Amino acid sequence: MTTPALQARGLVKRYGQVTAIDGADFDLDAGEVLAVVGDNGAGKSSLIKALSGALIPDEGTVLLDGVETHFHSPLDARHAGIETVHQTLALAPAMDIATNLFLGREVRRTGPLGSVFRLLDRNAMRSQAQDQLDALGIETVQHIGQLVETLSGGQRQAVAVARAAMFGSKIVIMDEPTAALGVKESGQVLDLIRRIRDRGLPVVLISHDMPQVFEIADRIHVHRLGRRTAVVRPADASMSQVVSLMTGALRPGDPDAPPNLVDS
Amino acid sequence: MIVFSATTSTFLTVDNLSLVVQQSLVVATLALGQTLIVLTGGIDLANAAIMVLGTMVLARLVINGSNSVVALIAGFLVCAALGAISGGLVTMLNLPPFIVTLGMLTVILAAGRLYSEGNSYPVTDNLLGILGQGGYLFGQIKVTHGMTLAVVMFAVTWYALTRTAWGRHVYALGNDPEAARLTGIRVGRTRFSVYLVAGVIYAFAAWQALGRIPNADPNAFQTGNLDSITAVVIGGTSLFGGRGSVMGTVVGALIVAVLRSGLTQAGIDSLYQDVATGVLVIAAVAFDQVVRRRSR
Repeated sequence: MTTPALQARGLVKRYGQVTAIDGADFDLDAGEVLAVVGDNGAGKSSLIKALSGALIPDEGTVLLDGVETHFHSPLDARHAGIETVHQTLALAPAMDIATNLFLGREVRRTGPLGSVFRLLDRNAMRSQAQDQLDALGIETVQHIGQLVETLSGGQRQAVAVARAAMFGSKIVIMDEPTAALGVKESGQVLDLIRRIRDRGLPVVLISHDMPQVFEIADRIHVHRLGRRTAVVRPADASMSQVVSLMTGALRPGDPDAPPNLVDS
Repeated sequence: MIVFSATTSTFLTVDNLSLVVQQSLVVATLALGQTLIVLTGGIDLANAAIMVLGTMVLARLVINGSNSVVALIAGFLVCAALGAISGGLVTMLNLPPFIVTLGMLTVILAAGRLYSEGNSYPVTDNLLGILGQGGYLFGQIKVTHGMTLAVVMFAVTWYALTRTAWGRHVYALGNDPEAARLTGIRVGRTRFSVYLVAGVIYAFAAWQALGRIPNADPNAFQTGNLDSITAVVIGGTSLFGGRGSVMGTVVGALIVAVLRSGLTQAGIDSLYQDVATGVLVIAAVAFDQVVRRRSR
């Protein structure tokens, strides 16, 4: 068996009386799309934050490519190659696409122009941004110099995803990427996710949309009451079974439960 | 401008236009610092007070026999420190810039009056007064050192805002601070640097002010803060942050100066000039609001 791209064992996070993560495990295999599903308040977001450095777990370990790592901030996770597409997208509306793709990671000119005068290499950034959009087949965006506020919801999502794919060298995490989108635009984002996976980057997809999860995920991580209840394959399970697992109506060991890929 | 040139015979003369530009320099420089702060979504009510205190420091040090270069350095340090205090309060305590700079305004005004001991201080020093003098003739227009300095300062700020990562971060945090933070921009540091840089710019404004009127008066430029905000807003920079440019501010500052100068020459009381400026600000903000609402 190959080493999972990202693993977590026994994560715990408490906020006073509330336990947001209660001994959760997590496994993301290389090159897969892993959907994380769970009821509201099940602790999906907390888990994802722990994996992307946005919160520091009280207990437990995170392993990246089999090596134990400790993220103290989202920047640490980013430097390690984990990119997150936040639900809010984290785009600056009054700035253009190329600027947004490189926001916080601007490229300066070489030589004294860059080191002394801090001059940005705008052409390099623009052409790289264009290449990235082309590589991901994002054609709905006409011009790299378009302001983000002039784009549709789906196009904005595509820009945020493109940015993650551009800088995420190991893993891309997406938080509800289609929640605000219509059917057609959701489809386009799903295509994008597939393309990212086909380039070899594993994707963690947090979603509420069951049909979507079943359409795109290689495996489904079901989260309940702060920990992982089960991991199932879409081919082995029905949507109602997964929903039952989420709500606790069905337990992993039950006779009519789908095959669980992990020990719970 | 057309109205003013039609109603007064002296308005549209080369000498007067040069004078209008000279008069606009102080407000334009204040507005340059204000632009940076407004771009981050803040506002600086204390900028003119910082500048006036700067002129007091410059004048008193020189009058007390200190070297004018030393006085200049001290003036810059004082203004930068005051900018840094505003910036520190805004970033570290996460207080609204409006409240912070309103408090700073009151404190600094009082400090300036205490420091002045009720007097104003005429400046005869060459270096401190140099920005109002000399220069060269550009065609028929007299270009003072102060104008040259202002052009350089606007050019440098324009470069920093549009051609460096720092500038992009300033815009980004004005656009959406949370998004800026998530993209890895050190929001607090960038915001603080803006207030610090603005403080330094206000020191230049103090120098410009002494070049224009070589007299440090604690009661001067009482509406400087509002004039600078007017210039910024008329220049098209959004008070909500993240949108605007220093070139707009140049235009805004000139419009304010033309309006003031034109109304003065038309013989209109300065109180009515304040009324006109006030109306102009409200109109500009209203315009900004309407445009933004439409784009949503």
